[in-house]
Amino acid sequence: MTARPILILAAALAASPAMARDNIQIAGSSTVLPYATIVAELFGENFDHPTPVVEGGGSGAGRKKLCEGLGEGTIDIANSSSRIKQSDLDLCAANGVSGVMEVRFGYDGIVFAALRDQPDFAFTPADWYLALGAQIPRDGALVKNDLRDWAEVNPAFPPQEILAFIPGTKHGTREVFDHNVLLAGCKASGAFDLLADAMTGDEAARAKGAEEACLDIRGDGVAVDIDGDYTETLARVQANPVGIGVFGLSFYQSNTDRLRVYPMNGVLPSVETIASGAYPVSRPLFFYVKIAHLGVIPGLREYLAFFLSDEVAGPDGPLADYGLVPDPELHRTQAMVAAEQPMEPLSQ
Amino acid sequence: MTDLSAAAPSSSPHHRGGASLIAPDARTQARNAAERRFRRFGLSAVLLGLVALVVLLASVLGNGVSAFRQTYVILPVTLEASVLDKAGNRNPDEMKKVTTLGYGKLMQEALIAALAERGIDTGDLKPKEIMALLSKEAPADLRDAVLADPSLIGQSIAFPAFATSRVDGYFKGRVTMDSAARDANISPAQLQLADAMRAAGLIETRLNPGFLTRPDASELRPEAAGLGVAILGSAYMMLVVLVLSLPIGVAASIYLEELAPKNRWTDLIEINIANLAAVPSIVFGILALALFINIAGLPQSAPIVGGLVLTLMTLPTIIIATRASLKAVPPSIRDAALGVGASRMQTIFHHVLPLAMPGILTGTILGLARALGESAPLLLIGMVAFVRDFPAAPPAGFFDPASALPVQVYSWTQRADPAFAERASGAIIVLLVFLLSMNALAILLRRRFERRW
Repeated sequence: MTARPILILAAALAASPAMARDNIQIAGSSTVLPYATIVAELFGENFDHPTPVVEGGGSGAGRKKLCEGLGEGTIDIANSSSRIKQSDLDLCAANGVSGVMEVRFGYDGIVFAALRDQPDFAFTPADWYLALGAQIPRDGALVKNDLRDWAEVNPAFPPQEILAFIPGTKHGTREVFDHNVLLAGCKASGAFDLLADAMTGDEAARAKGAEEACLDIRGDGVAVDIDGDYTETLARVQANPVGIGVFGLSFYQSNTDRLRVYPMNGVLPSVETIASGAYPVSRPLFFYVKIAHLGVIPGLREYLAFFLSDEVAGPDGPLADYGLVPDPELHRTQAMVAAEQPMEPLSQ
Repeated sequence: MTDLSAAAPSSSPHHRGGASLIAPDARTQARNAAERRFRRFGLSAVLLGLVALVVLLASVLGNGVSAFRQTYVILPVTLEASVLDKAGNRNPDEMKKVTTLGYGKLMQEALIAALAERGIDTGDLKPKEIMALLSKEAPADLRDAVLADPSLIGQSIAFPAFATSRVDGYFKGRVTMDSAARDANISPAQLQLADAMRAAGLIETRLNPGFLTRPDASELRPEAAGLGVAILGSAYMMLVVLVLSLPIGVAASIYLEELAPKNRWTDLIEINIANLAAVPSIVFGILALALFINIAGLPQSAPIVGGLVLTLMTLPTIIIATRASLKAVPPSIRDAALGVGASRMQTIFHHVLPLAMPGILTGTILGLARALGESAPLLLIGMVAFVRDFPAAPPAGFFDPASALPVQVYSWTQRADPAFAERASGAIIVLLVFLLSMNALAILLRRRFERRW
C-alpha cells in the first residue's frame, strides 16, 4: 500500500531540480511589493514571458533569500526599502553570489496622518521628539518624558491626547522615522547635546551614544509599535481617532477619503514635494538583482529594462500614479542596468 | 425501600413536621434549582456561540457578497484593422506587437465617441479623466479577446469592460459623492458622468463570474482581481494531500492497530502521533522549508510543496480517525473471519477495512477541510505570492507557482485599496462554502454508511 505513493514522491523529488524555471521570482519588502506587482502585471500582459511571481516577507528576509546562493531554486530579485547591509553582502559572498546589481527606482514618502475630522497640526521633527522621546530637555536638564497632551508639546497645538501608531522595528519605514524624524527632532530640541554631555568617552563615542539614546522611545503606551501593515495602522486609527498614524505616501493616496495628512516643517507631502526634497521624510526604494541570473532566467533582462523605462517608472507612469516618487536620476540607473554593472562595495 | 422508610422518620431531620410526597422539600428544591441553573448556563453557552457565529457571518456576508457582482462599462467599440492589425494578415504573432497602450487609445476614442453619440455631457472632464472610469485591466482584456479570435477585427462589438473600483464602489454604496470629493482617485464629476452613463445603459452592475475564474491583480486594478489561481492551487494541494495521506495514513493505522505487537516502541509511536496532531501548523512550515525546498530543491510557491506540508499536517488526524474506526469494528468479526480460515490480510481487507471505511473517509474529509483552511505553513514556503499565471495541468502543474485560498484572503487584507477588503470577504465566503460542503459530505457519509454494533 505504501510503496507506490513513496515512489511517486521520490520520483517527484528527483525530477524537480532538473526542471527549467521560466518565470522570474522576486521577494522582499512589503513597501515595494505593490510597485513590483504593478510592473509584473504589465510585464506579463505585454511580453511573451510569464508574469513574475512576487512575494512579500520584508526587506531583510528578501535580501537573505537573495544571498542564499545561485541557481533556479533561489530568487532572482530582492526588493528592499532600505539599503543592503554589509552582513547581507558577506552572506552573498559566502554563498557564491558574487555580482549583485543595486537598482534604485524611486522614492517613497512617509506621512503622518489621522482621520479626516481630526484637528490641524503642523509638525516639526522636534515636536515628534518631544512627544515620543524617552528623555526630553526641560529647563536645561533631561527629564523623563511625562507629556500627555499635544498642547504641552507645543502651545500652538490643540489640546489632544498624544497617541502615535508608528511602524515596528522590523519595518524599513522605522529606520527612516528614526533617522529623519526622531534624530532630527532630538538635535533640534536640544536633547542631543544634553544626552551627549551625559555620555562618557571621546567626542565621537559621546555623539554615537547620544544618537542611540535619541532613538529611545518612551515605554508608557503613548507610542504604539505596529508590526503589521498600514491596513493595521489604519484600523488602529479608526478604533482610536485621537491617534496619529505613520503611513506610506501611496497608502495615504489610496485612502484620501478617510485620512488627512499633516505637514512636516510646513510642507505637505506629495509626489512633487518629496521629489524636490522639500518634504523631509522620504527614503529611496531599491531592488537587488543577481547578475549571474541575467542570461539564465528568460525575460529577466527585459523585465529590468521594462521596470526602469520612462513609461513605467517615469513621472507619468503607473508607478507614479500609485504614489512612487520618481527618481530624478532614472536615466543613470537605466544606463547602469543596461551595462549590467555590479554594485560598488558599501562605503562606511 | 423498607429500610429507608422505616429509618427515615427517626433519622432525617427534614421529615420532621409532616413531609409531603407532592410538595418538594428544601433539598429537592435546591437540586432542581441547580439543574435549572445548569440548563440555563448550557443554553447561554450555546447562544453565545451562535451570536459569535451570526456576527462573523453577518460581517463576512455583509462585506463580501458584493464581491460577486461587478460594474461593467458596456463599450461599443469598432476594432479597426488599421490600428490592431497593420500587416492585415490576421496573424496573432504579428498582432501581439500592438500593446495594451494601443488598445487603451482605441478604447478611449470609442468611449468618448459613444458619450457624444448619446448626447451625454462630459462637462470639464478631460479625456484621460473619462477614461479613468474604465479599469486599467480593460485594454488587456480586449487585447486578449482579439488575439484569441482575430476574426473580431473589423467588427463593431459591445465589449463589457470592468469599471474602475471607485465607480464600482459607488454603485455598491461603498463610495459616496461626499467621499469622492475627498478622494484623490475619483471626483464627483466623474461619478455624475457614471450616473448618466448608467441611465443611458452604458454602465451596468451584474454577476461577475471572473471573481472565481480570474487571477489576482495588482493594487491599481482591484476590480479585476479574482480567485482563479488560488482555487486551482488549493485544489492541486488537496489532490496531493488526498493521494498521499489517505494510503499512508490507512496503512500506518492498519499496521499499528491490527498487526503491530504492543510494546514500548508502538506506545512511543502512539504518543508521538497524538502529539503531532497538536503541533502548531507553522512548525510544519519550518520543517517543509528546510526539507522540501532547501534540501530536496523543490520550487518555491509550488502546490506540490504545499501539498506535502499539509500531508504531514493531516496525517496524524487521519491516523487517529482511522485507528478509532478500526477499533470500533467488533472483535467477533475478526474472530469469525479467522475462524473460517481467512488469513490476517484477508480478514483486514475483506472484513475489517470495509466496515471501517465510512469512519476513515469521514476522518479524511475532516482532515482535508482543516488542511484547506490552513495558511500558516504556506507563509514559509512562498505561497503568499502575487501569482497571475495559471499553473499547468497536473502533474507538471504541481511544480508551477500558485496561490491558495486562505493565503489569498491574507494578502488581500494587506492591500491599501479599500476595494480589496470587499474581495477578501468574498474570498472568505468562497472558502466557507468549500469547507461547509466538505463537512456536509463527511456528515452525509457517516449517516448513510456508518454501522453501529
